[in-house]
Amino acid sequence: MKDSIISIDDVSFQYPDQTAFALQHVSLHVQRGEWLAIVGHNGSGKSTLAKMLNGLHYPKEGTVTISGLALSEENVWAIREKLGMVFQNPDNQFVGTTVQDDVAFGLENNGVEQKEMKERVQEALEKVGMTAFLNQEPHHLSGGQKQRVAIASVIALRPDIILLDEATSMLDPAGRDEVMNTIRSIKDEEGLTVISITHDLEEAAKADRVVVLNQGSVYTEGSPQAIFQLDQELLTLGLDVPFPVRMSQLLADEGLILSQRHFTEEELVKDVWTLNFKK
Amino acid sequence: MMEKIILGRYLPLNSVVHRMDPRAKLLFIFGFVFVVFLANNVLTYALLGVFTLFVIVLSNIKIQFLMTGLKPVIWLILFTFLLHVFFTKEGEVLAQLGFLSIYKGGVIKGAFISLRFLLLIFVTSLLTLTTPPISVTDGIESLFGPLKRVKVPVHELALMMSISLRFIPTLLDETDKIMKAQMARGADFTSGSLTSRIKAVIPLLIPLFVSAFKRAEELAVAMEARGYRGGEGRTKYRVLAWHGRDTAALLVLVALAAALFGLRS
Ligand SMILES: Nc1ncnc2c1ncn2[C@@H]1O[C@H](COP(=O)(O)OP(=O)(O)OP(=O)(O)O)[C@@H](O)[C@H]1O
Ligand SMILES: [Mg+2]
Repeated sequence: MKDSIISIDDVSFQYPDQTAFALQHVSLHVQRGEWLAIVGHNGSGKSTLAKMLNGLHYPKEGTVTISGLALSEENVWAIREKLGMVFQNPDNQFVGTTVQDDVAFGLENNGVEQKEMKERVQEALEKVGMTAFLNQEPHHLSGGQKQRVAIASVIALRPDIILLDEATSMLDPAGRDEVMNTIRSIKDEEGLTVISITHDLEEAAKADRVVVLNQGSVYTEGSPQAIFQLDQELLTLGLDVPFPVRMSQLLADEGLILSQRHFTEEELVKDVWTLNFKK
Repeated sequence: MMEKIILGRYLPLNSVVHRMDPRAKLLFIFGFVFVVFLANNVLTYALLGVFTLFVIVLSNIKIQFLMTGLKPVIWLILFTFLLHVFFTKEGEVLAQLGFLSIYKGGVIKGAFISLRFLLLIFVTSLLTLTTPPISVTDGIESLFGPLKRVKVPVHELALMMSISLRFIPTLLDETDKIMKAQMARGADFTSGSLTSRIKAVIPLLIPLFVSAFKRAEELAVAMEARGYRGGEGRTKYRVLAWHGRDTAALLVLVALAAALFGLRS
């Protein structure tokens, strides 16, 4: 595919000293500007795949190309500038002693001039709405705020792609919304490509496309609508169907046929209360 | 408990001392440690005392605050004082307590040494009280920079220091959490014999270590993902700036040393 910003072709990977393959013949293409969700049971290989995209692992077989750069030892630092990652644990990715030091860390690594660094740190913190916390130490921040700083650290490097590996799974619902809204607005502003690895199918429902991993291979991919049609199949894959989808299903079983399956409670509620008008 | 310890605490006030370059402060303290030993009579100790007071006033830090910070070391100072009082046999005898005689020389010497101790503690705690830990690290990295030529990993050591500083509160929080979790399971950290108390700490330390290692591993991955590849070709976000006041401070120290040298007996 021509317009793919990420091409993964027939990639297999095995951890050292392990007999099983963590990834088997995975092929995946991501379009520029797309929001892709990757879901899958624990140990299905999501994090392994994520780390491969950033050169933290190299494929045993197959090729990975990111922003036109083939993944190799020579290209890995350039690739890390193009693809930024936000990890799960807010504390274990906060390197600096203060918010601004943390955002600057990636810039320092890439040898950005001090004057430009100041500007970029400021700019990145503005985008995530954390300028008021410039000199704050990490233990005075909430989980959601720390994750926003992690996003700022990635944005400061001006990447093409941002990859979230369960970045919201340790947050409370408010923190989750706070982080997802930040990502969404930055994506729209900068035309970023977003890959979001998640266990939260409601979050996945908001993506352009969903990829389901199962035991190290791509099980299926498609629009959220298409994926959630799978219902029972998803359960056997160890995935939890979101509440609104389950509810629509139950209502359908009771003979209440809604116009479509719903992924958000809001849509569902709207459809239910307007149902009678349509008769 | 943590509130009472002032060693390593930073007080973000506004003063000349706060604004000084951390390198100047480090060099100043390093010099001061030697200069203190020049004093050997009442006049020179008085001069040192007045000088230290002057520095404290400049730093805007309340002397009462420094005093409360002394509590953990007060016994050490007292002990040194008494040691000299009882065991230095110089000058006339002031008092006779059974087989112990107290000499004038002992009292004077004890007072001097305790004072010296006190002044050193005051001035060194001023360093951490007026400088954010990260600046201290930056200062150390910069001062030891030349050692990179002889393959001392100065940058790595400084980074280690700053990461440790960054994780101290996180690990303290975690200790607290684990402690509460173990207490909820019936662990008792506060009573019993010494051995049983030490044993009670083991179920605290093991989870703490396991989690610290996990954190370290995740942090290393996160650092690499953000392009960390060692000190080479790296720029610095915080730049240290040496001003006239920094040179002046060091000159004042030299002048103090000269004065003490002239006045000592
Ligand atoms: N460092 C490692 N060494 C050996 N095997 C590993 C390592 N990390 C992961 N694995 C194995 O690789 C497989 C895929 O793990 P991975 O972490 O990619 O799963 P995941 O989909 O991210 O799971 P989770 O939802 O729990 O985060 C698992 O079977 C796991 O046991
Ligand atoms: Mg994972």
